[in-house]
Amino acid sequence: MSVGGKRLAQGGAIDRDNTIDFTFDGVSYQGHPGDTLASALLANGVRLFGRSFKYHRPRGLLGIGFEEPNALVELRSGARTEANTRATGIEIFNGLVASSQNRFPSLGFDLLGVNQLFGRFFTAGFYYKTFMWPAAFWEPVYEKLIRRAAGLGTASRESDPDHYEHSHAHCDVLVVGAGPSGLMAALTAALTGARVMLLEDRAWVGGMLALEGQLIEGAPAEKWVDAVLHQLQSMDNVRVMTRTTAVGVYDHNVVVGLQRVADHIAVPGKGDPRQRLWILRAKQTVFTAGAIERPMLFGNNDLPGVMLASAVRGYVHRFGVTPGRLITIVTTNDDGYNTAFALHEAGEPVAAIVDARASAGELRLDPEALGIKVHRACLPVKAVGWQSVKGLVIENEQQQRTTIDCDCIAVSGGFNPDVNLYSQTGRSPVWNEAIAAFMPAEHRPGSQSAGACNGTYSLAECLSAGAACGAQAAAAAGFDKAPSGALPAVPATDTGTILAVWHGRSEGKVFVDLQNDVTAQDVTLAEQEGYVSVEHTKRYTTLGMATDQGKTSNVNGIAVLAAARGEAIQNVGTTRYRPPTVPVAIGAFAGHERGKNFQPFRKTAFHQWNVENGAVFVEAGQWLRARYYPLPGEDIMAALKREAKQVRESVGMCDVSTLGKIEIFGPDAAEFLNRLYINNWLKLPVGKARYGVMLREDGHVYDDGTTSRLGEDHFFMTTTTVNAAGVLAHMDYHSQVVWPELDVVFCSATEQWGGFALAGPNSRSVLQKALPGVDVSDEALPFMGVLSTSVDGMPVRIFRISFSGELAFEINVPWGYGVAAWERFFAAGEEHSIIAYGTEALTVLRIEKGHAAGQELDGRTTATDLGLGRMASKTKSFVGQPMSQRAGMIAADRPSLVGVKVVDSNDRLRGGAHLFDRADDVDSRGSMGWVTSVTDSPAMGRWIALAFLKNGSDNIGKRFYAHYPLKSEVVEVEVCSPHFFDPDGERLRG
Amino acid sequence: MNACAMRPAFNRDKIMHQIQCPWCGVRDEAEFQYKGDATVVRPADDADEAGFFRYVYLRDNPKGWHTEWWHHVAGCRQFVKVVRNTLTHEVAATGTPADTLQVPES
Repeated sequence: MSVGGKRLAQGGAIDRDNTIDFTFDGVSYQGHPGDTLASALLANGVRLFGRSFKYHRPRGLLGIGFEEPNALVELRSGARTEANTRATGIEIFNGLVASSQNRFPSLGFDLLGVNQLFGRFFTAGFYYKTFMWPAAFWEPVYEKLIRRAAGLGTASRESDPDHYEHSHAHCDVLVVGAGPSGLMAALTAALTGARVMLLEDRAWVGGMLALEGQLIEGAPAEKWVDAVLHQLQSMDNVRVMTRTTAVGVYDHNVVVGLQRVADHIAVPGKGDPRQRLWILRAKQTVFTAGAIERPMLFGNNDLPGVMLASAVRGYVHRFGVTPGRLITIVTTNDDGYNTAFALHEAGEPVAAIVDARASAGELRLDPEALGIKVHRACLPVKAVGWQSVKGLVIENEQQQRTTIDCDCIAVSGGFNPDVNLYSQTGRSPVWNEAIAAFMPAEHRPGSQSAGACNGTYSLAECLSAGAACGAQAAAAAGFDKAPSGALPAVPATDTGTILAVWHGRSEGKVFVDLQNDVTAQDVTLAEQEGYVSVEHTKRYTTLGMATDQGKTSNVNGIAVLAAARGEAIQNVGTTRYRPPTVPVAIGAFAGHERGKNFQPFRKTAFHQWNVENGAVFVEAGQWLRARYYPLPGEDIMAALKREAKQVRESVGMCDVSTLGKIEIFGPDAAEFLNRLYINNWLKLPVGKARYGVMLREDGHVYDDGTTSRLGEDHFFMTTTTVNAAGVLAHMDYHSQVVWPELDVVFCSATEQWGGFALAGPNSRSVLQKALPGVDVSDEALPFMGVLSTSVDGMPVRIFRISFSGELAFEINVPWGYGVAAWERFFAAGEEHSIIAYGTEALTVLRIEKGHAAGQELDGRTTATDLGLGRMASKTKSFVGQPMSQRAGMIAADRPSLVGVKVVDSNDRLRGGAHLFDRADDVDSRGSMGWVTSVTDSPAMGRWIALAFLKNGSDNIGKRFYAHYPLKSEVVEVEVCSPHFFDPDGERLRG
Repeated sequence: MNACAMRPAFNRDKIMHQIQCPWCGVRDEAEFQYKGDATVVRPADDADEAGFFRYVYLRDNPKGWHTEWWHHVAGCRQFVKVVRNTLTHEVAATGTPADTLQVPES
């Protein structure tokens, strides 16, 4: 007897006139347009689709939609390789390459299949029990073992060449699922004028109507489906999106949909994304997601050839494929009979119908009159066969056994309404005894369920429920026009009764979760070991995890757990469903925000000059800053030392455009600053700059910078690069919320003023040459003086401030003048061999001067810690002042800022090293401080650092040991003032 | 001055992860930055340490309606007072810092 699937002579919504070539595991096959990978392989007699996760047992196809747990394949090759895709959802195209997963070395012969012989070691919680000891084996041995033995697909290591995009849309009524209920809901809502979106996971609409031969108004249901689809598509207020799965429902009816734009073709069309993630905002949502059939629990129920009865029927009707040559139907309800009738009508033999019930309900046909043997009040015991089904052993109430020869077992354990989306709205599904399934109860306002996902299975009821929900949703969204159009005529049918049978008298391994290889025995064992909560059982056994999230296994697992606990199923409840409902590629979530588009780059006013002059850049937040400007053959250390030396000896220019800049106006501007900064601002004269320190309200230092008074009511603040946005928000809060009475306005000017430092003993000479006719003498522009002027029509602001400790100026020009201004000054400095210096040299210079920066302003230091305590006014209040006086904030032994330098000039220092007063025994003695910023100082001829040290100033001159455990280094250092270079500041006033 | 104080709570069905800025109108939540509890008030400058301690560190974590600051950073940069349900993310009312907003019964 030949076994396995075949293409039927006729039927199916496939294009038999055309063929499509594809390969699976290296073998070439043919299918037709309209086929899925699953239907095409079935038609070619393929039964083995993969190997199971733990035991490497052979697995075939179970389902026909996104519920499929077994037939996961690796799709495409090279950079486009996609792992764990469901064969049931893949539309074939010419040249498609797919391969099975989790088999070693080949699908037919799998060496790791011996795992199943050691099945007792792979029971519930086996990861926790088996791979515990010894700990040294965890990473090098066990992890590799687990990954080899239990891995699913493999991701490509190449970058995905396709792009993914995000899209937003609004609608009044969003309908999820285009089955009969969904089509009716969408149509009814649309006819009121509401804006409607209808999402459908599959490439085609119709839901169950496209999978089985139903009649509507006396004609095949597909005719009605086509007519409704056509009507919807002709309406301006409707958008029907196929190949689009609702993957998540969030607050306020935000629904995320995944549209597979180009998954059904080899390469996306020009400009098309592979997938598009939709963020949909609906006033009302209607879930019409259908139901998923439940497998049955019996021995070897995972053998290839055991399939869902509705799926068997679907392959016959939709694809003209039968999955077997002799099929046995096992059912607990009337719907299973429909599969037998469909096979019979397709001219295919049915081995037998096994009904768990003593009698069926009102059936469309009489099976016995068709010559089909019906075994009533019988339960399946085990499937027989090694690589695939060869027969089924059943048992009647008298425990008499019968073996039925067959190559396919179509099972129907009942239907589970797809409550995933409902559950995501934060509501729990409740058990319904009549349908033996969990179904929605009270919905979140703004959402409803209709049809099979609401436990309604007859076509007539689905259509009327869809229409009612559609009308209700439209009305709730403000479209209360009476719905027009009548319901299509379908015969009322009784969907009959169901006998909930769970775990009968089976033999052998009874699989509950096929994807994770979790057996009924595992669930029972977990319960015995104390994992009685459904959430704990899930995690302990891995039931319901992985890519299918238990779509076919959860309810059976809950039933087995309930039986083990001796409780009713409703008392066990379900685990919480969470987004996404189906696996979503990371690329779809990332959208365009990947690679260089991950976040925008901010470029400084002088960026182009920096690029053209060989700058090496560093990312500082979003900014690209010039780090150093190497000469040919120079490494970073050589470059930064040369740059720092040239600034000390002659003159250099440094791009400081990234500093936060805020223009502040208003009669209360000075008072506002006075409350933000720790020092006094009321008496700052116009034309002068002042260094300011800000605290957070908790008393720690927040930010520092120089702020200048450009007019009586006009200040210009600078902040550190990193806090530019934060300080602005801090000011917004205080001006709008805390002191709304202050008459002050401000706005960011960071990207309006490009700034550079001009530093070094020759800086004034360069300044003078660049600005002929402007008096830049020490008298006209003294230390901390500010000058606003213009040259050749270009506004220029000059601030005589110094970060380097040299005579220096900060020059600001409107952003657009950036490169022109820079070139003007650079040319003026030619006679002094002016250089550009980057952030590295800037750091060297500021450490030599003991200026605190980000490493020191780390959010845990006080002004006193930083040696700035004397700046704080005693005569006014300011943000952070009250809390800065708490006992812990003024404790005498707080680590404070000091300088340290290596004793042996051959030693080097590292940031993060901790300071100890003895070289030996550093581990057991408490750290006395730590090193923050280090540099190999050209001026000092050795490594120096800023550090925080307990009783800092008392320790000046003493020896300490800087311990850096990551490199097992202990370096002897001498504590000194942080002002290493020119401590009296003679140079900057020069 | 504050016409916004009189603004009725807008239709809850229409908010959808959006916030009504008193100055800009209904805007996507992504334009705002959450700035925390709007019920705490900075004590007077001469308040005791305990007062400032409460202001800086102590926050309730209410389940249900809460009055919060949402800073319209990608818009008008105003601090918007928002009465939001921490359980459902519904927004009952928004206003300026000067507004007193009605907090619904939980």
